[in-house]
Amino acid sequence: MAIKQYKTIQEVVGPLMLVEKVQDVKYDELVEIKLANGETRLGKVLEINEDKALVQLFESSQGMKIDDAKATFLGHGIELGLSPDILGRVFDGLGRPIDNKGAVIADTRLDINGSALNPVARDYPSEFIQTGISAIDGLNTLVRGQKLPIFSGSGLPHSKLAAQIARQARVLGKSEKFAVVFAAIGITFEEADYFIEDFRKSGAIERTVMFVNLANDPAIERIATPRMAITAAEYLAYQLNMHVLVILTDITNYAEALREISSARKEVPGRRGYPGYLYTDLASLFERAGRIKGIQGSITQLPILTMPEDDKTHPIPDLTGYITEGQIILSRSLFMKGIFPPIDVLPSLSRLKDKGIGEGKTRGDHADTMNQLFASYARGKEAKELSTVLGDSALSDIDKLYARFAEDFEAKYISQGFTTNRPIKETLDIGWELLRIFPTSELKRISDENIAEFYGTGE
Amino acid sequence: MEKIGTITKVAGPLVVASGMENVQVYDVVRVAHKKLIGEVIELRGGLASIQVYEETAGIGPGEPVFYTNKPLSAELGPGLIESIFDGIQRPLTNIYDSFGPHIPLGIDLPRLNREREWDFVPVHQLDVQVSGGVILGTVQETPVVNHKIMVPPSVSGKLVWLHKGKAKVTDVIAKIVDNNGKTIELTMIQYWPVRKKRPYLNKIAPNKIMVTGQRVIDALFPVSIGGIAAIPGPFGSGKTVVQHQLAKWADADIIIYVGCGERGNEMTDVLMEFPRLKDPRTGESLMKRTVLIANTSNMPVAAREASIYTGITIAEYYRDMGYKVAIMADSTSRWAEALREMSSRLEEMPGEEGYPAYLSSRLAEFYERAGYVACLGDKNRRGAVTAIGAVSPPGGDTSEPVSQATLRIVKVFWGLSAQLAYRRHFPAIDWIKSYSLYEDVLHLDIDSHYHKDWSKMIRRVQVLLQEEASLQEIVRLVGIDSLSKSDRIKLLASQMIREDFLHQNAYHEIDTYASIAKQHRMLKTILRWYDLAKKALEGRKAFSEIEKMKTPERIGRIKYVREADVEKECDSIEQAMEKEFSSLREE
Repeated sequence: MAIKQYKTIQEVVGPLMLVEKVQDVKYDELVEIKLANGETRLGKVLEINEDKALVQLFESSQGMKIDDAKATFLGHGIELGLSPDILGRVFDGLGRPIDNKGAVIADTRLDINGSALNPVARDYPSEFIQTGISAIDGLNTLVRGQKLPIFSGSGLPHSKLAAQIARQARVLGKSEKFAVVFAAIGITFEEADYFIEDFRKSGAIERTVMFVNLANDPAIERIATPRMAITAAEYLAYQLNMHVLVILTDITNYAEALREISSARKEVPGRRGYPGYLYTDLASLFERAGRIKGIQGSITQLPILTMPEDDKTHPIPDLTGYITEGQIILSRSLFMKGIFPPIDVLPSLSRLKDKGIGEGKTRGDHADTMNQLFASYARGKEAKELSTVLGDSALSDIDKLYARFAEDFEAKYISQGFTTNRPIKETLDIGWELLRIFPTSELKRISDENIAEFYGTGE
Repeated sequence: MEKIGTITKVAGPLVVASGMENVQVYDVVRVAHKKLIGEVIELRGGLASIQVYEETAGIGPGEPVFYTNKPLSAELGPGLIESIFDGIQRPLTNIYDSFGPHIPLGIDLPRLNREREWDFVPVHQLDVQVSGGVILGTVQETPVVNHKIMVPPSVSGKLVWLHKGKAKVTDVIAKIVDNNGKTIELTMIQYWPVRKKRPYLNKIAPNKIMVTGQRVIDALFPVSIGGIAAIPGPFGSGKTVVQHQLAKWADADIIIYVGCGERGNEMTDVLMEFPRLKDPRTGESLMKRTVLIANTSNMPVAAREASIYTGITIAEYYRDMGYKVAIMADSTSRWAEALREMSSRLEEMPGEEGYPAYLSSRLAEFYERAGYVACLGDKNRRGAVTAIGAVSPPGGDTSEPVSQATLRIVKVFWGLSAQLAYRRHFPAIDWIKSYSLYEDVLHLDIDSHYHKDWSKMIRRVQVLLQEEASLQEIVRLVGIDSLSKSDRIKLLASQMIREDFLHQNAYHEIDTYASIAKQHRMLKTILRWYDLAKKALEGRKAFSEIEKMKTPERIGRIKYVREADVEKECDSIEQAMEKEFSSLREE
């Protein structure tokens, strides 16, 4: 393919660049911009109208001069070079090594946009992942191939939770190849360093690939970072048959970078200035989680996002929730009470849990106790609210029981600290221990058989 | 293919081409050397704006645009059932079998299986005049679907020949001589432009209930056969589970399920689960009456816009045979977003929240294609399309444009509540804010065809639930002690209705479906308890005793009792109940 090089850059405005008099340029093509001082920058074609190409830069436009910069259209999309050696390596947000271990000699190069999966090719995720965290295993069960985001707020310990999941997650009774792909998207050095240290301590670093775009790296590079990470994950999962856990933090920064480009293009904004295609764009990341028929590997995604003002209806968490298969929501009030991890189980949800639990996977009583714990905790919380307004005496006897249950549930079930690793059996048993304060007539969500088998035992 | 135009601009799914004087709006064109499928949506002189149904990366100005002379059409004929198509009706299973897990660009396989042979049974006499919609013959498409081969709506003339026996969809099965003496050869395939409604004789006001087996829907907010309903709700409130439940259990002959911009795994779920589930009416697998259209959120956005039209066109086709069809679209909000994205690329003046000004008219047009009709070709043949659309309002706030435009047209509103979902009360249909405008006619229908006391009973339930809501307000302000004993009995009864009747476990083998008879009996037993409790209170029985009764626990378990045993179990509960009431201590 002929290389097309042009010195006809007309405009550089924020993250956008206009090149004129181009020929044979394709949509979404990768562009390399050479500056007079020999530096190179990358970009991609966003729109092409006759001989004018609108290019979105992945890097800062600082130091670029219209007169002497040269734009080269490379004839392919943005790609990532991959080989089994990427494990244990650290890359920047555009996939260039930054750990002084030299370049990766690529076995294969993949387009980072991937291509849409035929829904028929998908295999339904149903393998239970034990994270050792009761609030997840017991109530919002994670399965292999799921995309389950953590909705957090500023100052909440989502990093600790994500690191704990990465450390403890395993599939019962199996030892298989697994790997972690970690994408830092515009987070601080400390936060990224916390993960790196944690992976190092647990020895997971050997099986980890990292893509790091820190808060002071160019914001627009963040458009590429999660795609780099997911492409690496697809390579590990579908070509090397590994089970990959992808941690993307923080999606809020990604969406903001997207908004920056959209506003530079003067597009009609949707809610809160985010572009109307935010949903489609986020889906192009999250939908790449899953399993494919006939392939052993899997991709489980754990995106983290901070909800501005803890507001779940903000466009970023809202649209994410519509795409992902559930969400784990952290609560500031639980955090204040000293409950770790501060998972607010009522609005949290795992949509795939029903296929991952039950006889042969966890235990036959799992679904029933889960529903009962949810229902009882919800009623218990209502009762507690009532008693703060009106005092304890306003509660009926049974509601007093519920209020006590809610207290115990938070203290014994949810609160476990960031180092305890509870097997699923223990989680289920704690659930029964808590439910035993109710008479059987209150346990409407549990079948007679399970009550007969589990209610009477223990103590 | 004759080359006609040249690409001048590419911006995501929108391509502009010059030299397009001879195309028509909504014609299909093939774009660039890769032959991507696109549709002309705007013409300005020789410039055509084309929405492309595939990924446009790698195409650029100067490449050709080919003309097909056809509008975007659905291919209709035997073999639709049990298939899964994408938004422009490409057969996804065949594509997977031939090309692996990813969909190659520009691929255009025949929509219907060309190899399969069907047994064509002629049913019409020869040498008579026939016109559009007349049934010429039948084909057993699946054990439960007898596919009627009809004369296409635009054809009429004298039927001179009919085939009998084995035939492929492309074989000629009938010959008609039209008024000009020209012989028209018909195959089993018809094409119909998806954006145009298929004709019928006339619409009839719907008056029959579509039984769904979902208690909160059938009892409180029923939908009619040929009706239209919407399910708005925030994420996690169970929209998709409700849609799946309807697709599984709704009383319809054919189900069209459109996954429009939603999760890929949800389609996989349907694909894996439906073949295993048995239809309670026919005993056959549910897949034998289902057509799936899947355009998941990561598939190209323009095809998402087309997917609901493809779906409703197939639905209308089966309606024309005289079937009751139900179409589920999950979610119409994603469809509206696709519309918004194309509109913004066309640089149109935006209406509310960036949506185009024609959003509500497009939505209305779609829903209006549902209905109960006398079919073309035979005024006594009746068919229906029932449309159920999910809406995903941002933040669950239904004041946004898509919800509002939907509410203006639909007759049934099943509002999902996040609060109910947090408590794991499913289906999380809020009984205070939901409504069904079909209620009056459908109550008449049930009263006269099922149970004559139904509407009276439902009325009592509705009043109880309303009263509970206002009593709960008081409790929240001043505590439960301030309520009179009779009010507290009301609360107990409404709690039973909520927890033991409205709550329904979609994943429980028995509870997942409840017939009208079972629903009727469950309510009767609960209301019986309420009547007895009121009487007991009048008879000076202690409230604390009534509160601690044992039989209500059994009422809570009726939902798990098999249909055949419900009558017996309820009789026995009622007897036990009466005994227990009479044994209660007095104050």
